[in-house]
Amino acid sequence: MSNRNIGLAGTIAGVALAAGGAAFAGFLSQRRKGGDDDAPLYTRKQPGTDNAIVGRTVTIRKPRAELYKFWRDFQNLPQFMENVETIREEGGAHVWVIKAPAGQTVNVKTEVSQDRENEMIAWTSLDDSDIETNGEVSFEDAPGDRGTRVSLVMFYDAPAGELGRAIAKLFQREPQVQARHDLKRFKMLMETGEIATSAHTKDQTRKAKQQESGQ
Amino acid sequence: MRALTWHGTHDVRVDTVDDPEIINPRDAILKITSTAICGSDLHLYDGVIPGVLPGDVLGHEFMGEVVETGSDSTLKKGQRVVVPFTIACGGCFHCNIKQYSACENSNPAEKQDMSATLYGHPMAGLFGYSHLTGGYSGGQAEYVRVPFSDVGPIVIPDHLEDDKVLFLSDILPTGWMGAENAEIEPDDTVAVWGCGPVGLFAIQSAIVMGASKVIAIDHYPHRLELAKQLGAEVIDFRKTDVREALMEMSGGIGCDAVIDAVGMEAHGFAIDNMLDIAKQKIGIGADRASALKQAILAVRPGGRVSIPGVYGGMTDKFPLGALMEKGLQVRTGQTHVQRYTKDLLEKIEDGMLDTTFLISHRLPLEDAARGYKNFREEQDSWTKVILKPGMEQEKAA
Repeated sequence: MSNRNIGLAGTIAGVALAAGGAAFAGFLSQRRKGGDDDAPLYTRKQPGTDNAIVGRTVTIRKPRAELYKFWRDFQNLPQFMENVETIREEGGAHVWVIKAPAGQTVNVKTEVSQDRENEMIAWTSLDDSDIETNGEVSFEDAPGDRGTRVSLVMFYDAPAGELGRAIAKLFQREPQVQARHDLKRFKMLMETGEIATSAHTKDQTRKAKQQESGQ
Repeated sequence: MRALTWHGTHDVRVDTVDDPEIINPRDAILKITSTAICGSDLHLYDGVIPGVLPGDVLGHEFMGEVVETGSDSTLKKGQRVVVPFTIACGGCFHCNIKQYSACENSNPAEKQDMSATLYGHPMAGLFGYSHLTGGYSGGQAEYVRVPFSDVGPIVIPDHLEDDKVLFLSDILPTGWMGAENAEIEPDDTVAVWGCGPVGLFAIQSAIVMGASKVIAIDHYPHRLELAKQLGAEVIDFRKTDVREALMEMSGGIGCDAVIDAVGMEAHGFAIDNMLDIAKQKIGIGADRASALKQAILAVRPGGRVSIPGVYGGMTDKFPLGALMEKGLQVRTGQTHVQRYTKDLLEKIEDGMLDTTFLISHRLPLEDAARGYKNFREEQDSWTKVILKPGMEQEKAA
């Protein structure tokens, strides 16, 4: 399993790096059209893209504006993104410090590429990042008083080399799982003001966090 | 603190474990005054529920005194509260429509995948009931951490003793919802399979809801006697052809509503385990599966099937044809406890519902392992065990 993933990661690192940005833009533009049917592209059995694309939707019982505002302040994101240690602003860009295997961290510098108030935010990594990544979060009214449908789509690509492989492994491991957990935590934080844990003592919360993000 | 911990099949022990701490703002810590062993705890005891880890603290029926509160808890120190076994946030879509046992936020994100794979959707968090439902420490202990303490716990007036209200945590609302799901009308004949705690409370609830006749089915003499005392007619399935008897006792029409309060010991959750486990347990498994099948055949066309009994996996040879051709309605699910606690507390205060008849044994927490063993092996006489942390060892007899 892991051999296959590293092989796949290597292929992606070698081939997809240059094409990454274009592929993601194409992916986003197709996402809602979906080709033959109306389902999002990332739910296709064969999406026709590499599997470093992650997509997930949750419904959150809060108004669009409130959710948009929270997300737009990128420094809030580490509260529910377990892999992200900190995000700080640096000259109009954001520097994400992301946990990697074996106690390493990687830095990703992103800038906001599209920003429509209360509708969507897209970001893209700048050249001097350890990972090439693009992401988009969109906010859409759910029917009636159900709140807001929040969709997150992300694309990752890692550089060649040993660190690149480690990073690729991290993101290739189960990117859907990570995205799903992060979005669930975002929903919890917005709807309940806290993130559910079954920890019995404060010590266990720290341990649990390390276990989930540190493997 | 001392707590009843799981170590393996038929191996539970009272151990010393860490005291719980306030972790989230809406938490509270309770000092447990009474906690019961539930029939569904026996599924854990029998080792048929996956995702239970050695050292896990069991118990989902409990009440106690508030001793510590988080900054956003609405409880106050010193209050006596009963806690629903289903943990609900109060803020998600399902909580908003009062389907509390489908709460989307109470099962921690990293624990939701297993039940989502099994059932298509994650389960909500439950106290003391495996990591499938969150891995929350349970209440068969001296203390417990209660998340979302502003939503679930109901404050109990001082004049009502523990024994009268403890069952608001699970089995009373579960029996009540079992009867409510049967949509009982005044002229109805209702049959209830299983005279364990939930079945007995479903019988009591059906009578309060005005059923014309309630028929209880079991084989333990003492349990049938309790059903009779509540006002039910009884059938011993070991002696009588249940379907024939129900047809006759309902005037040849069939029962208007049927309630399966038996459930089935889960046949394992991974599909490839299921056949093996079914083979191992064929005696029990076949018996218990037959309750629901019998109920579906006994209910009249257009009637209602309510299933408060717990099922976890899949079942063979389900009478799907009878379900469709007779046009039956089926309602089931884990209890939306928070929906019923206030109303049922009033009914207890008014004397409309009394649940104390069920309690057969009161033991100190230290004797919990003996309680599990006897509750499992002496089902006729050990109808309900209440554990009291702090009760003197010698008082139990």
